[in-house]
Amino acid sequence: MDRFGFSISKGRQIDYDANSRHIAEFISEREPSFRVCIECGCCSATCTTGNFTSFSLRELQILMKRGENEKVRENIKKCMLCGKCTLVCPRGVNTRNVVTLARQAFQKFPANAV
Amino acid sequence: MQFDPFVIPFNIGLYFILIYAVVRSVIWFNDLSRPDKLRLQRGFFGKTFGQSIKEIFLESLIHRKILKSNPRLGYMHMSLAFGWFLLILFGTIEADVFGAHHLNAPYKSIFFKFFNPEHGRAGFEAAYSFLMDLILAFILSGLLLAVIKRFSSKVVGMKKTTKLRVLDKVALTSLWLIFPSRLLAESFTSGAYGTGSFLTGSLGSVLASFLPAQEMAYPFWWLYSLSLGTFFILLPLTRYMHIPTELFLIFARNSGIKTGDQPGAFREIQIYSCSSCGICIDACQLNFSAGITNIQSAYLMKGIRNNENVSDIAFNCLMCGRCDQKCPVGIELTPLRMLSRRAGETVESEQTILKKYFPDRKSVLPARPAADPSYTFLKQYEPAKTDVIYFAGCMTHLTPAIKNSMVAILEASGVRYNFLDEMGGVCCGRPLMLAGQDREARELINHNSQLIWKSGAHTLVTSCPICYKVFKESYYLDVEVLHHSQFIKNMIEDGSLKLNFLRRKVTYHAPCELGRGSGVYDEPKDVLRYVARLQETGFEDKNSLCCGGSLGNIKISSRQKSMIAHDVAAELTKDNPDILATSCPLCKKTLAAATTTKVADISEIVADAIIKPAIKKKLTEPAGKVKMQADFQN
Repeated sequence: MDRFGFSISKGRQIDYDANSRHIAEFISEREPSFRVCIECGCCSATCTTGNFTSFSLRELQILMKRGENEKVRENIKKCMLCGKCTLVCPRGVNTRNVVTLARQAFQKFPANAV
Repeated sequence: MQFDPFVIPFNIGLYFILIYAVVRSVIWFNDLSRPDKLRLQRGFFGKTFGQSIKEIFLESLIHRKILKSNPRLGYMHMSLAFGWFLLILFGTIEADVFGAHHLNAPYKSIFFKFFNPEHGRAGFEAAYSFLMDLILAFILSGLLLAVIKRFSSKVVGMKKTTKLRVLDKVALTSLWLIFPSRLLAESFTSGAYGTGSFLTGSLGSVLASFLPAQEMAYPFWWLYSLSLGTFFILLPLTRYMHIPTELFLIFARNSGIKTGDQPGAFREIQIYSCSSCGICIDACQLNFSAGITNIQSAYLMKGIRNNENVSDIAFNCLMCGRCDQKCPVGIELTPLRMLSRRAGETVESEQTILKKYFPDRKSVLPARPAADPSYTFLKQYEPAKTDVIYFAGCMTHLTPAIKNSMVAILEASGVRYNFLDEMGGVCCGRPLMLAGQDREARELINHNSQLIWKSGAHTLVTSCPICYKVFKESYYLDVEVLHHSQFIKNMIEDGSLKLNFLRRKVTYHAPCELGRGSGVYDEPKDVLRYVARLQETGFEDKNSLCCGGSLGNIKISSRQKSMIAHDVAAELTKDNPDILATSCPLCKKTLAAATTTKVADISEIVADAIIKPAIKKKLTEPAGKVKMQADFQN
């Protein structure tokens, strides 16, 4: 059979059974405002770090909530904690504390622990 | 030989505390860094000695600072400290002059009345007894206030008083018992012998009229001695350790030792100098605006003393420095808090009695594990050579009006400048420092330092006090760092900037990082006086408020922040100013959300007042600039 340059696309479902949401739970336990994020992306739009590299707090928050932590582990340290995101957040999420707690959580739970 | 077994508890306590104080002082001295040791030696044997003695007299005994800010509370502290000092001083003189020998052991002067019950009948002796009674009455009046304060702190003009631990309570009870038991013991003895002056004499004769005074006196002498002994022995375990420590602190501070940004023995000395008086609690805006009452500096110091995990307390603070200004002991509370932040989470440790008397050194903090650099994505580039660098800062980019005004001012003043972070720059590093992440901050500092160094500028102007503080303190640069208020003032004074006078009433809100943080109080106000009518507020200079938006606090919610901001805005706009001026983009943003009064940065007000040059602008002017000019005119 001829291949027309198409293939079966990879599964894109979020496997909550395999993913671990412990990082997100660690954060929302200590910073309840983490839960009220509507993922509007204002934080990413104003981000100082985002100006230099492809860093998006919105993306990282979504990934943490899904339990897909590996990309977050790599990227969360890029934040400069300047606090612009906190100021622009329409939901009053204390984003600086979210980032600080995420860094703490990643230090507490090493890479392959669930 | 005058001796009685009841003096033994007092003697044990006294010699214990004296030896203990010496041992602790030697440990502290040993823990000081080498330059600090030299400073202290020079300070102790040099000309600051007199200054230190004077300060000990005024602050440790008279409690002048507390008296000034709160007379009732000051009287309470003064009567106990200064009164007790006088009692000891005049007691020693009494024993020396009227006793059997000169140079007596301490217990003979403390229990003078017991050993010389016939003393004080007439003449000069009676006059002296009157003096001793007067001092005792002075102490007892303060003690009465202290007892009342425990149950209702409003009596001494304090809204909140510190909560105590069990050992503190035992020590406090023994302290409270000292003077009433002395009163009763002396009164009974006086009653039995018919001596004593207006207080002990009259109370004694009343008691003797229906009680067997001779027999009753002895148990009270025991109680007096026991309460003294207990107090002295428990002292190192409690907040009363501040009494000996404060002496050391005053000498160390006057010798020029500072907390700095590294932990050391001076940190430990300051932690033990805190008397938990609670004045910082009343000064704290988190307390009186946001209702958070368990994180103030007194609790931080107490938590560190008791080896608790204080990270929650340490991070829940605006770092505004109001408590530093109010602290009667002069402890550098905010720098100490920064050190605790850097330590992060600490482990709570088991405490044996021996450990309590000789606690773990607080001069060393656990180091954070090393990690890979975080900001490798930052690329260096060659900035244009220039004289003046303008660094707006992250927060200023959120308040473009300030940025645009500064560009207009820089243009009008005619200096050769380069807007370093025009297209968005790297953070200055201070927010990371405030979050206790110094290693990461150092990366950003290095990046920015190289850029500034490469530009060859001699002056760095910044619009953000947060940046200003870190540029000034943590960057090792050979440039003059100016906040824009200072720069504008310089420009006005050397005539580069010509300004109109605006007929506006203005109140000024001093940002924490610029005012208390960096000591820049006058320049912004001077600039405002050039262009507008500046009104005084009840919160000037060192007493200024924090807007609540501070980056220092990463724990409080946005609701609590806005509670603080609303309180502050209401206070500052009491006299209905036309403009609430500030000199910090973060303050501007926070306050603007909390008031209907116009909030403006001083650069905006100044840009508004610039006298436009008579020559018409060229029509080829870029569109943005023309628009900006139009903005300033309205």
